[in-house]
Amino acid sequence: MMNKLAATILALLLAAAGTALPAAASGGADMRLQPAPIKRLDTASLQRGARTFVNYCLNCHTARYMRYNRLTDIGVDIAMIQDNLMFATDKVGNTMTVAMTPKDAKAWFGAPPPDLTVEARVRGVDWLYNYFLGFYRDEASASGWNNLVFPNVGMPHVLWKQAGVNRLVKTEYENHEEALAALIAAKGLAALAPAKGHKYLVETLAVDDPGTMTTAQYQEMVADLVNYLDYMSEPNKNRRISLGIIVLLYLGVLFVFAFWMKREYWKDIH
Amino acid sequence: MEKILNWIDDRFPLTALWESQWGKYVAPKNFNFWYYFGSLAALVLVLQIVTGIFLTMNYKPDAAKAFESVEYIMRDVSGGWIIRYMHSTGASMFFVVVYLHMFRGLMYGSYRKPRELTWIFGCLIYLALMGEAFFGYLLPWGQMSYWGAQVIVNLFSAVPIIGEDLGVWIRGDYTISDITLNRFFAFHVIAVPLVLVGLVAAHLTALHETGSNNPDGIEIKKQPKDPATGLPLDGIYSHPYYSVKDIMGVVVFMAVFSVILFFVPDMGGYFLEANNFIPADPLKTPEHIAPVWYFTPYYAMLRAVPSLMGSQFWGVLVMGAAVVIFFALPWLDRGAVKSIRYRGTTYKTWLALFVVSFLVLGYLGVVPVTVWGQFPEGWPVLGGADRATVVSRLLTVVYFLFFLLMPWYTARDKTKPVPDRVTG
Repeated sequence: MMNKLAATILALLLAAAGTALPAAASGGADMRLQPAPIKRLDTASLQRGARTFVNYCLNCHTARYMRYNRLTDIGVDIAMIQDNLMFATDKVGNTMTVAMTPKDAKAWFGAPPPDLTVEARVRGVDWLYNYFLGFYRDEASASGWNNLVFPNVGMPHVLWKQAGVNRLVKTEYENHEEALAALIAAKGLAALAPAKGHKYLVETLAVDDPGTMTTAQYQEMVADLVNYLDYMSEPNKNRRISLGIIVLLYLGVLFVFAFWMKREYWKDIH
Repeated sequence: MEKILNWIDDRFPLTALWESQWGKYVAPKNFNFWYYFGSLAALVLVLQIVTGIFLTMNYKPDAAKAFESVEYIMRDVSGGWIIRYMHSTGASMFFVVVYLHMFRGLMYGSYRKPRELTWIFGCLIYLALMGEAFFGYLLPWGQMSYWGAQVIVNLFSAVPIIGEDLGVWIRGDYTISDITLNRFFAFHVIAVPLVLVGLVAAHLTALHETGSNNPDGIEIKKQPKDPATGLPLDGIYSHPYYSVKDIMGVVVFMAVFSVILFFVPDMGGYFLEANNFIPADPLKTPEHIAPVWYFTPYYAMLRAVPSLMGSQFWGVLVMGAAVVIFFALPWLDRGAVKSIRYRGTTYKTWLALFVVSFLVLGYLGVVPVTVWGQFPEGWPVLGGADRATVVSRLLTVVYFLFFLLMPWYTARDKTKPVPDRVTG
């Protein structure tokens, strides 16, 4: 009786958690994000991502809680960091700050670019990956760029030379089912939004002008960058996971002894 | 060794204390799965205090430095990340364990005579724990910390007449600020923990005075004594029997805890919210403010209550009443038996309804009110209303009816006869 009740409650809890998770994860917008193809143990990818980060991001954005010498985590030695990755400071123990003041930043971009140290924990890696793929040309915006994942973002498309120039393609559908089918059928990034007159818009991107990289190369560059951002948001993540496995193995062994001890003591209680 | 113990016992009742509280404490032999959560709650309390002490060594309760100091702990302090994750996971697990522990009390009627005071101390612990969690959540000084505190303090501002002043008095300022952070820190690290530890001592002392209830709801103290041992027929010593059993429970609990801590420390945004990795910004309200999961059933009730006579105060009142009503439980229940095992279908149905409403309200408190869409326009009464809000209202009513109707349905419930001996 009690076990049945316990099982029912557990099932209810799991069901509640199951329905709660996706709802909490998506922000309500019907956006189809592609999963970010990142491997947290791939140090070569992390190093390439770090290079992209210090060269392209670390001019406007800061990583105020990340120290340069922490990059030794991903297999870069101190000399290499000093020679190739440090442009804004000369002390390897310093954090990644930039010369741009928040006041200037506000004047130039409308809002100061956010600090990126823990951005991957705010947005999630999939969002970031798609964000970098989501830029398109928009003459109406101040920077000349817009983004499918982050509409009206203040940031221009910094990597446009590599990525090339995309344009937005809007297709209107009469009802939600058709639009949803088109969303699912669309290759790559796509968004669905309600439009005027009970119609639905599916938005996708098309290449106007190819960049110096192929799409596959650019996607790899972005994946490396996202991989690095993810690492930077929690530099101890790999250690956390490997330590976790050891702890669980230890607790598994401990349980065997705890179980035997309990059984031994309790064998004359009926 | 024995000489030292004698020396102490002549001056301080160490052995007597140990024996009355645990060593020679006689407990029913039929504790089941649900009886692990008391000792586990004590374990988590100790864990929170110890990890909290170490966090305090590097945390800075200063609006300009708080967020940074948490990242400093996560990155630069040796082992800081593990201490911080233990503390953040521990906060949520404390509520998991306490909710299961309270549910055990509901199922087996542990709150009933003669254990009313144990139950009341327990309810006070629950209140203190909610305060502790609320104060602690401001400390990382992220967006959710800030706006969550803003929302909760504004609840007090909804009190008629004195509300505005009350809000200022709690915050020490007109908005949540550095001053608020400092006083919340003081409450979180010293005032509330002191109260908590005192209440836990009272909770245990009261329990060990009356003796424990059990899944059958039988008073073992009323049983004849076993001539060989001098103990009640169904009684055993806590030590070593429940010592070794609880150790087993602790190991399993630590495994569950470790899975969260090492593999999913933010629990998909439930234990650590994504928005809380953005430093607090008083000028930028997040789109969706949701409290941490353990408060969401009450938050859903708050949102469900419509504003009346231009005041949100009624929602606040309902929310407060939903927590405080637990105190009345020993006097609301008039059942002939204690344990669910011997209750009739009426009670079981009500308990099930209560559990469902608590869980669904908990879910609805996490998501925006638009989650289930609206009723079609043109429907009488309900037309255009958010489905989730209507369901929240219904479930809030069910939640309260479980308590308010209890004197009637428990008295009329068809119960089964309770045996003389526990059934294992």
